[in-house]
Amino acid sequence: MMKNEKLLKFLGKKLIRFIILIIFVILLSFLLIDLSPINPVKTYVSNMIVSQEQIAALEAYWGVNQPITTKLVNWLGNIIHGDLGTSLIFRMPVVDVIKERFTASLILMLTSWLFSGILGFILGVIAGFKKDTIIDKVIKVYCYILQSAPTFWIALIILMIFAVYLGWFPTGLGVPIGTLSEDVSFLDWLKRLILPMITLSIIGVASIALFTRDKLIEVMNTDYFLFSKARGESGWNLIKRHGIRNILLPAITLQFLGFSELFGGTVLVEQVFTYPGIGQAAVSAGLRSDVPLLLGIVICSTIFVYSGNLIADIVYNFVDPRIKEGEDNG
Amino acid sequence: MVNPNKNKSLNPLSKINLRTKTLLIIGLTILILVLIVICSFFIDSKEITTNFLIINQPPSFEHLFGTDWLGRDMFTRTIKGLGLSIQIGACASLLSSAIAIVLAFIGSINQKFDTFVAWFVDLFLSIPHILLIILISISLGGGALGVTIGVAFTHWTSLTRVLRAEIKQINTSDFVKLSERFGKSRLWIAKEHILPLVITQIIVGTILIFPHAIMHEASVTFLGFGLSPHEPAIGIILAESMKYLATGNWWLALFPGLALLIIVLLFDIAGENIKKILDPTSAND
Amino acid sequence: MMNKLLDVENVSISFIQYTAGLNQRDLKVITDLTLDVSEAEILAVLGSSGSGKSLLAHAIFGILPENANLSGTIKYGGKVLSQKDKEEIRGKDIALIPQSVNFLDPLMKISDQAIGYTENDNEKKEKKIKQRKIFEQYNLGPEVDDMYPFQLSGGMARRVLVSTALLSKPKLVVADEPTPGLDQKTVKETLNHFKKMKEDGVGVLLITHDIHAALEIADRIGIFYAGYVIEIAENKDFSGDGENLLHPYTKALYNALPANGFKLTKGHQPLHGEIPKGCPYYDRCEIRLDKCSEERPQLINLGNKKVRCFKYEDGV
Repeated sequence: MMKNEKLLKFLGKKLIRFIILIIFVILLSFLLIDLSPINPVKTYVSNMIVSQEQIAALEAYWGVNQPITTKLVNWLGNIIHGDLGTSLIFRMPVVDVIKERFTASLILMLTSWLFSGILGFILGVIAGFKKDTIIDKVIKVYCYILQSAPTFWIALIILMIFAVYLGWFPTGLGVPIGTLSEDVSFLDWLKRLILPMITLSIIGVASIALFTRDKLIEVMNTDYFLFSKARGESGWNLIKRHGIRNILLPAITLQFLGFSELFGGTVLVEQVFTYPGIGQAAVSAGLRSDVPLLLGIVICSTIFVYSGNLIADIVYNFVDPRIKEGEDNG
Repeated sequence: MVNPNKNKSLNPLSKINLRTKTLLIIGLTILILVLIVICSFFIDSKEITTNFLIINQPPSFEHLFGTDWLGRDMFTRTIKGLGLSIQIGACASLLSSAIAIVLAFIGSINQKFDTFVAWFVDLFLSIPHILLIILISISLGGGALGVTIGVAFTHWTSLTRVLRAEIKQINTSDFVKLSERFGKSRLWIAKEHILPLVITQIIVGTILIFPHAIMHEASVTFLGFGLSPHEPAIGIILAESMKYLATGNWWLALFPGLALLIIVLLFDIAGENIKKILDPTSAND
Repeated sequence: MMNKLLDVENVSISFIQYTAGLNQRDLKVITDLTLDVSEAEILAVLGSSGSGKSLLAHAIFGILPENANLSGTIKYGGKVLSQKDKEEIRGKDIALIPQSVNFLDPLMKISDQAIGYTENDNEKKEKKIKQRKIFEQYNLGPEVDDMYPFQLSGGMARRVLVSTALLSKPKLVVADEPTPGLDQKTVKETLNHFKKMKEDGVGVLLITHDIHAALEIADRIGIFYAGYVIEIAENKDFSGDGENLLHPYTKALYNALPANGFKLTKGHQPLHGEIPKGCPYYDRCEIRLDKCSEERPQLINLGNKKVRCFKYEDGV
């Protein structure tokens, strides 16, 4: 009862913070785009044939020649009504583009997030447990190298190995921009998912594995760990009982805090594999000056990152018995 | 009577080892980086000649990294690209830590400013880095300037956090309180008390921004928002290589990327080792 | 004379440390430590806090940090213990009572920690019954079983640590600073636990900085000074004017007690790393000889007592 109330209060506070944050994110990105030499209407017009009425409608939407404040207020008003405008390159509402693209990316991101989290945690525990042995060194070197490797380069290498050299996947994985996901069969879609997912997974392993390793070594030096040893516990059981118990929560928290990096990785990986997700849409939007789509993607990626942080906060504040009970008593 | 040297000299060999090893690593890394930058200065982009007699050659002793579809030597292009990356990385990380220092100092003035700085950090962390760099780069019209500023404006957050925490601790110390009571100005306290104590963090922090900066520059350039296609940047080279992967020209992607990886790794190693030298607690583990 | 349980002979513990610029130094924390504990005996090792005497306990249990160097021998029941032997008998024949509740896993319920690792449910049930019984003896109700360490009060935590140690029916208990910052009542209660252990034939090595606690329950008291054991005295020697005590430091310590006139000696214990070449007490000693500054006295065996001072080279 008490706990639920506290959780609600916590969430309420977070929501208010989020609203303030998103307003400033919108403000910031709007300002940045307004600074740029891009004229959304002009690029749109130069890209395709449009009628005068359409141009007029666009100009009205973007408020060309109006001061930035008016433009911003107009645009904010539209957002509140759920109207993010029309994508210039997809020629459909931004909301629909994002819905479709983001779903595809979410599947990619979450599967690799889960994969890398589990694999990274296991590798980290092994490395920490076997500290200073060959196994530990191999895992460490692997992680250091992957942390220093450009994501898109790893993607290129994987593409070369599995698609070009082994020929397991077609090199041109993509479908033309604008093709709807319904037009693609499940198997095709799965085939497109695998390589990007593997890439994101093996890159994501590095940070969580190194973190887990360090955390486990830290725990192995704590008084309570020493005491368990002194009481005759040893080996793997000791790690399981006292090590993993104490590093699982921080590791999960870290993994949720990594949503921002995950998104960044997705943008690059989607580009290499031409996976039709939000990242690829963002790059196209940026390159082809699709301002409404770009702004929409900034907003939805911010929501994505924020929800990761929020879950991390909840895990940290409401799952750990110490903090949970400690606050009740205080 | 007291003989402090007695215990110290117990194991002279291992003493030489770690200290010398660390210094050696730092020296070597810096040497390699400087060498690459110098080399890249001497390579004139125009001199990377096209030679249609030797197009698409795999790596050989003559062309270590092979040649591309215009017969250009990939090794030369890679070195030139790395030099460019290091320069942009250096500018971006120096700018980044300058931002971090200014914000950390502003935050140390009073509670309100501190809250503001903390919130500002959150704001910049809430948009995925790569998207923010793209936005900034677009707003500045792309090019080297756009990507440098973009990278600089997204990498100051972690150093700001470190400095904020450090300064907070120093501010509660007696000597700062004493100086405040003597009516010394904020700036004086910052210069005389705080700066000497956080200089280590600033140096290490700046060096550790470097690898991230280089990698993000390459990424953004790869996506087409950074340096112009005429520049021999690593991101450009790799983006171009994608067109030739299907035909089996693996060397076009492998070596430039590997070279970039090694540079990033070297910076990381140098940073960690400098940290060890300056802050011995991390070496005691 | 009861059977000897623990024999610590010439144990030294040092650390390799790095200072700024990665200069390395070897830090000696315990030097040439010798002592023994018999069945049904309480031996106190008395030293100031932060002097590194806890490391002795860690050495006996084989849980020293990796960068520590251990030399000398530790025997249990006459047999020299290798690291493997220590791992074998710890938690069974020998048990540790740690300083504080920080030595309990913060995320594990108390009874699960006390029981320790079990192979299967049957073993767990058996151990649970035993644990409940001994907790009951120490006045810990069933509600304690499901608590987390941070929920324990000071006295409760102490009883949990003691009863957890006794769960395996050890022959030797090593208590590392068991009465830190506790109120009078809890201290008394804790000390009674040790008396009870002694009655049951258990040998106790009590590592403490609390001279009152040591005097109240210990049979013999080892005085730890600057990493050295400078004297092992019998409890009864701490009486009168301290005339039966041997080492000048022990005498000074005794005389500094409020009941004995609060006479303080000047100077301080040398820190690790600045220990003089000769006798560690040379600077402060009132009966020092010329050779004391150059030569380090060995621990002289005087039957039940031991002392590290040139004055007693030819006996008392």
